Amino acid sequence: MTDLAPEMNPERGTGLQVDEERGWRARLAYGRKLLQRDKSGVIGLTIFIVLVLTAVFAPQIAPHDPEQQNLRMAKTPPAWTAEGTWEFPLGTDNLGRDLLSRIIFGTRVSLAVGFLGVLIAGSLGMLVGAIAGFVGGRVDNIIMGGINLILALPYLLFVVVIASILGRSLINVILIFGFTDMPIFARVTRGEVLRIRESGYVESAISVGAGRWRILFDHILPNLIGPLITVATFEMSGMIFYEAGLGFLGLSVPPSVPSWGNMLSAGRKYLTTSPWIAAFPGFAIMITSLSMNLLGDWLRDVMDPRLRRTER
Amino acid sequence: MQKYLLSRLLQAVLILFGVLVLVFFMVRIAGDPVNLMVPREASEEYREEFRNMMGFNRPLLVQLADFMGGALVGDFGNSLHFKEPAMPMVVHRLPATLELAGAGMIMAIVVAIPLGLIGGFRPGTWIDSLGRFLGLLGQSTPSFWLALLMIFFFAVDLGWFPSFGRDSIKSIILPGFVMGFGGMGALVRLTRSATMEIRGEDYIRTARSKGLLPKTIYIKHVLRNVLIPLVSVIGVSFGYSLGGSIYIETIFAWPGMGQLVQQAIGWRDYPLIQAIAVFTSVVVVLMSLLTDVAYAFIDPRIRYND
Amino acid sequence: MPPILDVRDLHVHFHTLDGVVNAVNGVSFTLEEGETLAIVGESGSGKSVTVMSLLGLIPVPPGKVTGGSALYYGANGERDLLKMSELELKYLRGEAVKPDEEFTEMDLLQMSREELRNIRGGQIGFVFQDPISSLNPILPIGEQVSEILTRHKGLPKEEALERAIRLLGHVGIPDPELRVKNYPFEFSGGMRQRVVIAIAIACTPKIVIADEPTTALDVTVQAQIVDLFKQLRQDLDVSIIWITHDLGVVAGIADRVLVMYGGRPVEVALVDDLYDNPRHPYTTGLLCALPRLDSVASDRLECIPGAPPDMLQPLVHCPFAWRCDYAFERCWEKIPPLISVGEKHKVACFYDLEKAGPRDV
Repeated sequence: MTDLAPEMNPERGTGLQVDEERGWRARLAYGRKLLQRDKSGVIGLTIFIVLVLTAVFAPQIAPHDPEQQNLRMAKTPPAWTAEGTWEFPLGTDNLGRDLLSRIIFGTRVSLAVGFLGVLIAGSLGMLVGAIAGFVGGRVDNIIMGGINLILALPYLLFVVVIASILGRSLINVILIFGFTDMPIFARVTRGEVLRIRESGYVESAISVGAGRWRILFDHILPNLIGPLITVATFEMSGMIFYEAGLGFLGLSVPPSVPSWGNMLSAGRKYLTTSPWIAAFPGFAIMITSLSMNLLGDWLRDVMDPRLRRTER
Repeated sequence: MQKYLLSRLLQAVLILFGVLVLVFFMVRIAGDPVNLMVPREASEEYREEFRNMMGFNRPLLVQLADFMGGALVGDFGNSLHFKEPAMPMVVHRLPATLELAGAGMIMAIVVAIPLGLIGGFRPGTWIDSLGRFLGLLGQSTPSFWLALLMIFFFAVDLGWFPSFGRDSIKSIILPGFVMGFGGMGALVRLTRSATMEIRGEDYIRTARSKGLLPKTIYIKHVLRNVLIPLVSVIGVSFGYSLGGSIYIETIFAWPGMGQLVQQAIGWRDYPLIQAIAVFTSVVVVLMSLLTDVAYAFIDPRIRYND
Repeated sequence: MPPILDVRDLHVHFHTLDGVVNAVNGVSFTLEEGETLAIVGESGSGKSVTVMSLLGLIPVPPGKVTGGSALYYGANGERDLLKMSELELKYLRGEAVKPDEEFTEMDLLQMSREELRNIRGGQIGFVFQDPISSLNPILPIGEQVSEILTRHKGLPKEEALERAIRLLGHVGIPDPELRVKNYPFEFSGGMRQRVVIAIAIACTPKIVIADEPTTALDVTVQAQIVDLFKQLRQDLDVSIIWITHDLGVVAGIADRVLVMYGGRPVEVALVDDLYDNPRHPYTTGLLCALPRLDSVASDRLECIPGAPPDMLQPLVHCPFAWRCDYAFERCWEKIPPLISVGEKHKVACFYDLEKAGPRDV
């Protein structure tokens, strides 16, 4: 409803307009209001914080050593079933290792891949995207050509193949995601740089004599943060997803490391007799992904007024 | 429109060229491709023999030219495992994968588009909540896990469907459902947001100001405009799902290209993997080209703009 | 002339994340048959909401009409003053307060969705601000004109398309029989606005509501569209509500002007009367802001310093008091009522500009 008077659009002209000039305070205020209104953002944020704390304090929280084998207790079902015991709340795997402890430690692998992968992809992408957007011309064409090429590929297939070539290690997995996911960040950055460059207030900054770097730090970077954080949340969710998938195919961290994907892969063999071995790690992946998708939706609403949902 | 399609075609050719270069260097990123393809315990003599046989001792540019030349006529060398040309084996697997991806897509479309439309028209209703919940669930549920759950409940426990293979019409139900579930999640969300966006457009207000019946507004004015972004997403994600069927084909022992990838990795059969990567990319690029054509037919702005 | 539309004490609220926006706070006006009424105000003054809310064209929620009535006299064809009841006549003269049963039946605000749909497009046509976005981008324009005829006149498709061609010719689209197959993007802004006008008048409505119809257009095109409206008014004998923020455009087309501020009417007068003898400080400010041949355009903003009011606060005093040079105690204590200061001239201000002192109310 672009031509309605501002009062007709509940999100315009009401003092809550989150535009370039309003800055962080208004955004935070808006975010708080949205949180009060939309409980899903609270849920996502809470789960996410719990996950981070779990990863950091895994040794303190876990009831058992995740590597500790106990073949006599192998394939113990969860505690609430008839044969279960509260010593192993979620039961044990085929080697008698405590599932709950392994899931708690698995948080570390997943979040490490998510955080570091996004960090690498985000930094590289920002750099490449900013160069493309600022320099323009032939440089832009070449960079965008490469980016479009990577985005046109069947992503998962290539990730799987590259992981199989590089071999199983945490570093390799992080690097793979860091590099293959870079184009998404580059595209977002480039788009924002171009948009902000064309908008009036950078022009006016130039007209009052602000230098290139000044414009970059004062105007472009602050505006980039919003969209990039939103994309980062979704991409992190994707990386955690894909890492577990690689683990499931036996292509992620070495088999001894407790990771959700490895646990699923191992549990698959005992699906008919001990389904809980595969069920719980998968559930952990789903909850993690769910929380980050909720968080991402909420962040998008707060950070980017152009993408904001128009409901309510 | 010709200009538009021609530029898309040119773009597709460039992308395929890039894919070939990428696939050529892919097996060399970890260093010597010989290490990748022969077992670790192989003797030094065998390694040298293998290197000569594959031509890895020639200058890199010669190898590249040879690879590109072969690729143009569909020759990716012999599969190491089967000792026969790789490409025909891959093409042979295509129908099974297409069938699976098609079943998934149909299930996603049938569930997602009505839910997304209703949710977008009537935000806040229970059916909208259901759609949003399913959308979120679809995006957050790992397909490999969902596949295991499905097998446990519907194949092992209830025994309704076979847990693997591609023998009868019943075989496709479980893998097709899992395949479509993730796409459904994305599609519900997209349909919903597109509907809400279109619903707020000025021309919908114009339609309302004409006193048109809600049925006319929704079908003629909203739905047709919502379809524009949906068509491109459906086409592209169908292409992607061809490459993303690895887990599902592996778990359900579905004899498609994804299963072949997983097997070839185990065999260290990288010429075969290269052939799969190139072929899947070709199919994906063709799909997005087809999508562009479909796009032009729906959107007059593209059809007539030159 | 008898009124065709009589709006009384309209209130419209919007529920937003920030709180309740009091967009329209007690607006009353009448529209006479064949008359062109201009509603003038800044963006945020509630002028669009006032009119759109009458016909259910504001988004609900967040919007909500919280009070008032909007009596429409066109619904049952010609009105015969002689056949009216005593109470009806009294009410029209402003002597009776409570509307009669017969009136409430024609209250737009009480109508069902179905009844309102029959009025919209069929009896009241609309022209919007931005012709680029107000036409469906993927339907041929012939279809967009003819569908309203199919809907309200029940014409079969071919006949409706023929009528559409004639209508497009009538509003000045060259070669209409060829251009009906074209899509909006193949037309210029001015031509698109002509298409929108053709849609608005397709069913020979009693009222056309034009919401800033020239704002998005080039100056030369603006004049053409204004001329087209003048011509249509003569041809069709239609009443027009012309919503604008630009008093300059108003002079050429309006009979009467309603000036709005902060969701309330502040002054209403015949157009010449308003220009010659403005009685509200806000109106004088608006007139001062008009570009003139003999003045430099740069100091236009100086005329009304300050920002539009914060519509989140419930209105307890004159909404213009913040920006008014003449505001005194009483202006901060209560809302000034709309009082008559001349023939067809009303103003809502405690300060009398003519005698330069407080007015006795």
